[in-house]
Amino acid sequence: MQNPWMYVGLFLLVGVVIPIAPILFSALIAPKKPNPIKQSTYECGIETVGESWVQFKAQYYVFALVFLVFDVETVFLFPWAMALNAQNPVVMPAFVAVEGIIFILILLAGLAFTWRKGMLEWV
Amino acid sequence: MEFWVDPIKVIFEWLMLTLTGWGLSGELAVVIVDLLGIIALIMGAMLLDIMLVWVERKVVARFQGRLGPNRVGPWGLFQPFPDIIKLIIKEDTTPVGADKLVFNLAPILSLASVIFLWAVLPLASTIVGVDLNVGLLYLVAAGAIGTLSIIMAGWSSNNKYALLGAYRMVANMVSYEIPMVVALLIPTVLSGTMSLKGITLAQSNVWFVVLSPLGALLFLIAAIAELGRSPFDLNEGESEIVSGFHIEYSGMKFGLFYAGELLHAFTFGAFIGVMFFGGWQWPLPWGEKYALVGIFNVLAKGMFFYWVIMWIKYTVPRIRIDHMLAFNWKFLTPLAFVLLMVTAIVHALFMNMAPWLYTLAMFLANVLVGWVTLEILRSNARKQRVAVEAPQPVAQH
Repeated sequence: MQNPWMYVGLFLLVGVVIPIAPILFSALIAPKKPNPIKQSTYECGIETVGESWVQFKAQYYVFALVFLVFDVETVFLFPWAMALNAQNPVVMPAFVAVEGIIFILILLAGLAFTWRKGMLEWV
Repeated sequence: MEFWVDPIKVIFEWLMLTLTGWGLSGELAVVIVDLLGIIALIMGAMLLDIMLVWVERKVVARFQGRLGPNRVGPWGLFQPFPDIIKLIIKEDTTPVGADKLVFNLAPILSLASVIFLWAVLPLASTIVGVDLNVGLLYLVAAGAIGTLSIIMAGWSSNNKYALLGAYRMVANMVSYEIPMVVALLIPTVLSGTMSLKGITLAQSNVWFVVLSPLGALLFLIAAIAELGRSPFDLNEGESEIVSGFHIEYSGMKFGLFYAGELLHAFTFGAFIGVMFFGGWQWPLPWGEKYALVGIFNVLAKGMFFYWVIMWIKYTVPRIRIDHMLAFNWKFLTPLAFVLLMVTAIVHALFMNMAPWLYTLAMFLANVLVGWVTLEILRSNARKQRVAVEAPQPVAQH
């Protein structure tokens, strides 16, 4: 196919349809005898008290923030890794490498800061 | 003879001739043939998935000193088929108060996200679904959908255990994606391309595992965490939160989660094989030339790493969640970035030198990084031991 992303689109479509097929087939031939006890929420034999969608303390909130920074960073690192191997480099490869390393070091300084502040501890 | 070298091309041309002979326009015929190819590829993956159920059960049994399935067919080889029939004819219950749409979508996405990965997996030099020039990013993106499906399942079940499993999966996801992406950057630096076929071709002389053994190890650890397999199976944790996110699923929907997990492990094993162990190549001839030999190599490497992942799963106990996050943020992430920087420097300095010198420098740099890491770990452990063994001050009365 001319455009590879057309192929990917077609693949995603088929890839979603194929897992749906056994569920539909199962829905056709499996027995359906619901009752309130069977459909109640499972909690090791105890009846559920209150809502299930309650507030939890998410201890890794700071981890999530650090994760966001690093996840965005990696998007910038992939083009850098490609530029390191450029066919007709404008500058020396070592220069490109050092530039990328400075970028990484700035971010690692952020990680070190979070670490020193004690944010990477599970509380 | 041409058929054995490039079977897909021969079949493609034959089908195109047949279809255009029926009076279809060329573009429509291409779409139809591509569709057939995609369905054949996914069906092959599904068949493999069914056999993985047998492999998993048999290998687990051996690790635990049992025999495993041995009644249905030779060596219990047909055991997965009764399993599937049982799952299909089982009643499918939805808990009261569940978010129905999300609840039903989650198992579908769980298996689909793994199937998506097969679009870029190069099976042989001529057999690859599509050779994307950003294949590695596609790999990360499709893998993230699998994590998302687990969060969807846990949230929509209206169950406290499931919700806890989903929360743990979030913690898992926010940590182990970083070392994994950095580990993916190492083959990119070494080969200068993000296409998986290009990475495989760049390993025709030396496999990347020789150039970067630490990178391969990092990717293996991060992949196990991404899969949510033991020792990182906190989101399931059957002894504490009774199988976590898929606690409320029954019948075929549970089956899809199970199938997705097995195929995910195998697919990541195959990707380790492609990115660090030469993909379709092997030391003997014909790996490049004959498609069947190439497929055999990729699947054999995938099966080997699947076995390694299983070996780790049934050997190592589950780790605590604070240990997991500390292990990632205080050990794996800094190590991955240091390794990336060292790889980039050595690559930039030695890329125009003789290949043997380049290989030696890369390997020695990896050994150095590994050795320094071990020394730092050892001195840290010694400090902690000394702190524990130091005489405690007598309490004041």
